[in-house]
Amino acid sequence: MSQKNRIEGGQINRDVSLNFTFDGRRYSGHAGDTLASALLANGVRLMGRSFKYHRPRGPMTAGSEEPNALVQLRSGALQEPNTRATTAELFDGLSATSQNRLGTLSFDLLAVNDRLSNFLTAGFYYKTFMWPKAFWEKLYEPVIRRAAGLGSLSLEDDPDVYDKGFLHCDLLVIGAGPAGLMAALTAARSGADVILADEDFAMGGRLNSETLSVGDVSGVDWAAGTVAELAAMPNVRLMPRTTVIGAFDHGIYGAVERVGDHLAVPQAGKPRQILWRIYTKKTVLAAGAIERPIAFANNDRPGVMTASALRSYANRFGVAVDRRAVIFTNNDDGYRSAEDLHAKGIRVTVVDPRPDVSVLRDYEVLAGAQVVDTMGRLGLTFVKVRLADGSERTIECGALGVSGGWNPNVHLTCHQRGRPRWDDGLAAFVPSDLPTGMHVAGAAAGDLSTAGALAGGQRAAQDALALDGAMPPLPEAEDAPVNITPFWYVKGDGRAWLDQQNDVTVKDVRLSHQEGFRAVEHLKRYTTLGMATDQGKTANMGGLAIMAELAGKAIPEVGTTIFRPPYTPVAIGAFAGRHRGAEFHPKRLTPSHAWAEEQGAVFVEAGNWMRAQYFPRAGEENWLETVNREVLATRNSVGVCDVTTLGKVDVQGADAADFLNMIYCNGFAKLAVGKVRYGLMLREDGIALDDGTAARLAEDHFVVTTTTANALPVYRHMEFVRQCLVPDMDVQLISTTEAWAQYAVAGPNARRVLEKIVDQDISNEAFPFMACGNVTICGGLRARLFRISFSGELAYEIAVPTAYGDALMRRIMEAGAEFEITPYGTEALGVMRIEKGHATGNELNGTTTAANLGMGRMVSTKKDSIGAVLSRREGLNTEDDLRAVGVKPLDPAQRVPAGAHLMAAEGPVDAARDQGYLTSACYSPNLGHHIALAFLKDGANRMGETMRVVSPLTDEVVDVEICSPHFIDPEGERLRA
Amino acid sequence: MRYSGFRVIKEALTGHKGWKPAWREPEPASYYDIVIVGGGGHGLATAHYLAKEFGQARVAVIEKGWIGGGNVGRNTTIIRSNYLLDGNEPFYEFSLKLWEGLEQDLNYNAMVSQRGILNLIHSDGQRDAFIRRGNGMILNGADAELMTTEAIKKKYPFLNTDDARFPIKGGLAQHRGGTVRHDAVAWGYARSADSRGVDIIQNCEVTGFRIENGVCKGVETSRGFIGAGKVGCAVAGSSGRLLGLANMRLPIESHVLQAFVSEGLKPVLPGVITFGAGHFYCSQSDKGGLVFGGDIDGYNSYAQRGNLPVVEDVCEGAMAIFPMLGRARLLRMWGGVMDMSMDGSPIIDRTHIDGLYFNGGWCYGGFKATPASGFAFAHLLARDEPHPTATAYRLDRFEKGYMIDEKGVGNQPNLH
Amino acid sequence: MIIDHPLLGPRDSSEFTYLGDARLIDRPDPDGQDAAAAFYDYAYLRDNPAGWHRELWFHEAGDRSWLVVTRNTLTHEISKVELASDVARVQGRSK
Repeated sequence: MSQKNRIEGGQINRDVSLNFTFDGRRYSGHAGDTLASALLANGVRLMGRSFKYHRPRGPMTAGSEEPNALVQLRSGALQEPNTRATTAELFDGLSATSQNRLGTLSFDLLAVNDRLSNFLTAGFYYKTFMWPKAFWEKLYEPVIRRAAGLGSLSLEDDPDVYDKGFLHCDLLVIGAGPAGLMAALTAARSGADVILADEDFAMGGRLNSETLSVGDVSGVDWAAGTVAELAAMPNVRLMPRTTVIGAFDHGIYGAVERVGDHLAVPQAGKPRQILWRIYTKKTVLAAGAIERPIAFANNDRPGVMTASALRSYANRFGVAVDRRAVIFTNNDDGYRSAEDLHAKGIRVTVVDPRPDVSVLRDYEVLAGAQVVDTMGRLGLTFVKVRLADGSERTIECGALGVSGGWNPNVHLTCHQRGRPRWDDGLAAFVPSDLPTGMHVAGAAAGDLSTAGALAGGQRAAQDALALDGAMPPLPEAEDAPVNITPFWYVKGDGRAWLDQQNDVTVKDVRLSHQEGFRAVEHLKRYTTLGMATDQGKTANMGGLAIMAELAGKAIPEVGTTIFRPPYTPVAIGAFAGRHRGAEFHPKRLTPSHAWAEEQGAVFVEAGNWMRAQYFPRAGEENWLETVNREVLATRNSVGVCDVTTLGKVDVQGADAADFLNMIYCNGFAKLAVGKVRYGLMLREDGIALDDGTAARLAEDHFVVTTTTANALPVYRHMEFVRQCLVPDMDVQLISTTEAWAQYAVAGPNARRVLEKIVDQDISNEAFPFMACGNVTICGGLRARLFRISFSGELAYEIAVPTAYGDALMRRIMEAGAEFEITPYGTEALGVMRIEKGHATGNELNGTTTAANLGMGRMVSTKKDSIGAVLSRREGLNTEDDLRAVGVKPLDPAQRVPAGAHLMAAEGPVDAARDQGYLTSACYSPNLGHHIALAFLKDGANRMGETMRVVSPLTDEVVDVEICSPHFIDPEGERLRA
Repeated sequence: MRYSGFRVIKEALTGHKGWKPAWREPEPASYYDIVIVGGGGHGLATAHYLAKEFGQARVAVIEKGWIGGGNVGRNTTIIRSNYLLDGNEPFYEFSLKLWEGLEQDLNYNAMVSQRGILNLIHSDGQRDAFIRRGNGMILNGADAELMTTEAIKKKYPFLNTDDARFPIKGGLAQHRGGTVRHDAVAWGYARSADSRGVDIIQNCEVTGFRIENGVCKGVETSRGFIGAGKVGCAVAGSSGRLLGLANMRLPIESHVLQAFVSEGLKPVLPGVITFGAGHFYCSQSDKGGLVFGGDIDGYNSYAQRGNLPVVEDVCEGAMAIFPMLGRARLLRMWGGVMDMSMDGSPIIDRTHIDGLYFNGGWCYGGFKATPASGFAFAHLLARDEPHPTATAYRLDRFEKGYMIDEKGVGNQPNLH
Repeated sequence: MIIDHPLLGPRDSSEFTYLGDARLIDRPDPDGQDAAAAFYDYAYLRDNPAGWHRELWFHEAGDRSWLVVTRNTLTHEISKVELASDVARVQGRSK
């Protein structure tokens, strides 16, 4: 199809033809086109359907404020719904389809909604669909949901790459129109570090859409020359295709750079988009202004657009939307559009509601007239005008440009809850109450003339950077005043659209007022005005003005809704960057990870660490078989487990012992050098925070261990106590979790294995249970040895500097070979600690007290420690408090599920009779049946009681006996062996 | 005016001239039996139940701005009763039951949509905790189902189960959970309360309490003094500021929670889904927007806006489980002020000042609680004793040590 | 947000972890007469001001300093950043 509406001029590159398809039909355009301009050049005005009534829609603008021309860009996994054709840069091979239709775009079956519009007014759904009750989810809602929504996601994983970056600058200039270019130039020439960002692919802003001159060159050439000068300066970063989406605290701006969206595929090694966080000292907002429409009957047909959009398509893209155009304007800027179109050979008639405007022009002007209706099923064919004398005239045309005035683009000025100020002269809101560091220039500040923009840009840069001295003279430019007579809508009975995407009409605003939804936020929420993908950039003002009129108030009394980021919608992928899939969070690997992989370990996540969960061997049928083997081998001979991930905090200083006395609820002052003690930390609210051990390596040196998951919060807490509560204590802390690799060697043969590695005497006499010390291994390597046991066996933990972790693990395996040493993972560790009755995260769940854990007497009353006072509160010391107990099934063949609740042996089962819950459960290969740890009301006094374990969620009921949580070696003889 | 199918058709055919305002705009009277401060969801629900269930008609709701403008006007619209602790579960289950009958109760379609909520499980420890929770739910009369990964994948085929950093190991589903059109909740309660004689007074800011001899006699407002037999405060994130006027300090900090909505999309998500290894929960509205959120920003704030790190964190969570969302666009982000309590659970109680009652500390779970909170607060105001499902929500529970700490993180509000 | 660390200069707030009101420095005397009431007040009750707020931030991804940041909860403006240990000493904390 030929580009029948392509006219001369513009900034497209006619030497480069680009082929593309829309709804399967082939078209061609040129480099420099948007999808919208190329379709318009090809005579295609119908590009979409509206949200509710499925009315035909064509582009209303030539920019990012577009409400109507939304398409699905690309296909397959790359399908991108709701893409504005007015900003989608054309590339060769582009394919797009229309959306939100049932049938074809020109014959949308859901257009039946338009016939039902009398029923589908604002808020209709709140009043209906209630009968019968069950029909909402089953019938009404599914129908509504299918009809609603706009474009479709592909449901396939997004294959593109997104990146994040950080930039710093003295001055961020947002918008590269005349004001932004002048601000950037002024700042850059002063030597400041400048970033100039513009959402468009071509810098120059509205100069690209105008025929105005700047100095003695055209505005287009001046912009190009200025951009070239800036590009050559090392202190300037030009960022086209970059939308500044939000103004955040302390001068931080979010920006999205579309690196590859204008290409068929992103360049090799480049992401699709980059989310930038820009740290600015100062900012100049030069984001221009948005032309707003006027509401009148059937003002939503394809071919009806803002006047400046018609001008932009003609001047910048070389496209005449139609050879016959009407301009409907209440201000003088509409005439500039008319003149430019006229100059391009387009036959123009201006309709101006102001009765006193000059009609002495090169084209027809109808003063005191109003557009009262339009015709054309899938696109504009006729405009009906009511003339000053009340008679009506019909004009045949395919393009109607509407100008109701200009709204300065105050969006970013309001992101920190600033409210704009009403300007009577402009009949628009202008910036006020700016974020710290922000200056506004040009049309965004209400300076609508080119000369005003240039001067404002220079002044803003000067003010922002506090530049002294005289500024160079500005080039001469158009300085026409704005003459506007506010005119929001044409009175009449027809439906006049305000929000063209969401199908909100003047009548809906009236109904909203009639039903009491009069606050501006009620209006928005009741009618959905301004809640579409364009966030009402062209729609909201009209709605406010009509509400003000109905309420008998001035517009500023009605106020505005709140402007929220992002300025334009942003791909969720861009916010996520590379943090997706396996890269969602970092992985931490222990020094012997490679060794564990060689052993075929299965890994499990624990506090970002990848820990070996179990080590399956050939022939083992399931994980349980593996875990049973690991447990039995450890209990019968010896096993080894990587415990590097446990948090380690080095505590040094003369007051180290006093400090630990404060941190732990039990006493540490008297712990002898060379000894380890179990310690329980409470939060200040008296609840258990974490448990672990503290080893006293010297008078002034302890090593504290924490659970893997709590390494960070415990360290943070210890630093809080040190710095904020006891700042003068002579104590220093450092987290050494990553500095030491640590291995537990457990089982009756543990000593025999380690004797082959440790250089010193580690006999039971020389190194008894709970001993610790600095040792050397393998003939001189420094190491730390702790005789502590989580498994309940004769056990040691041995630590070496991280770099030796892998070697030590291999050496332990070698030394243990004669005892068939067995590596065990977290599962076997879990089984053994449950058999032994040791608490872990499942028991220390943030709601349990020391008393609950059966350690109430550990909370020393002789000294101050964190949490001691509040642990004595009534509610934490009731008679039927939970106590840790053991649970075993009466029938040894039955499983006891963790998470089940405890109930009396007989009687009804409900929440009122709940006696407690199972925290941890496992199969004990040593006992030959399942066991569990539980919290039971008054548990300490209920040993031997028969109860029921109930888990309705998993449909299990098991008769159990309450027993001691120490299933194995309750006297601790093995530990001390 | 009652809404009915007949009325809707009649109005459609006669130009909608007959619709009446959903509520009156009365001038404040000089005295009410009960004044509720705060025209949000909880305050308006309280008024509705006071009038309908407890026979109280001389009631006013006074609102600083426009009704429904607080957290009921900006939330992620989720309803559920999948709580762990016995102090909470009966209350939220009561709430869910009230949701289930809400439209008939109010003659207003708030679009209660029980499309189900699913909490994903990513570790064995998490599974144990969720089984305990699911059992507690069932024991309290709620519904819960433990779903397998296979069943989840069938319902959400586009979930990332291939290269997930935190593989999905099942999920806890509550099929009666779902979403509600949030604004309509405020409007429905307001309309119903108004029709039963409650005065809803907008643009009326409380500037002080008149307290004589330890008894609250009414409120000073921007529109003059309003006398009251009892004053109930339900102002969510403004609790600290409001009760500060009565010289009270609360176990509450105000924090900002951001939430997000995407552009409209054809249906993709059948229900509500929650990521268990990051901060992300998501549903899809009837209009097609994906409504999602994550963690609070984490610092005290009344600014009603947040910052980029949390936005990124939430979207990372989204891409971790739904990599198909990469090309969906985030349309709008907003921030609301949350009254984060010291144990993550709410307070519905008398204060030490006679005649002054407090409802707050809802953290970011207040929306789903709206009906039960209103009912329980109405019960307390009308009868001076707590509703049976809300007996744990005492103001003195921190002093006495009866915390209701679902997350087990203690007296640090930003962790709840 | 940006926190101007007294030792390290301006750092992004995402390097920090937030705790809450700087009153948490003023831990009551556990042996005082009304220790239980004082600890309840200390641990649970907050002024929660809408305006200037002195609060504790931990430079977790940095030098591990606890800082007292004076920040406006309405605007997020920061007017002062101090080392918490200095503040604690001024407020009489020692060992």
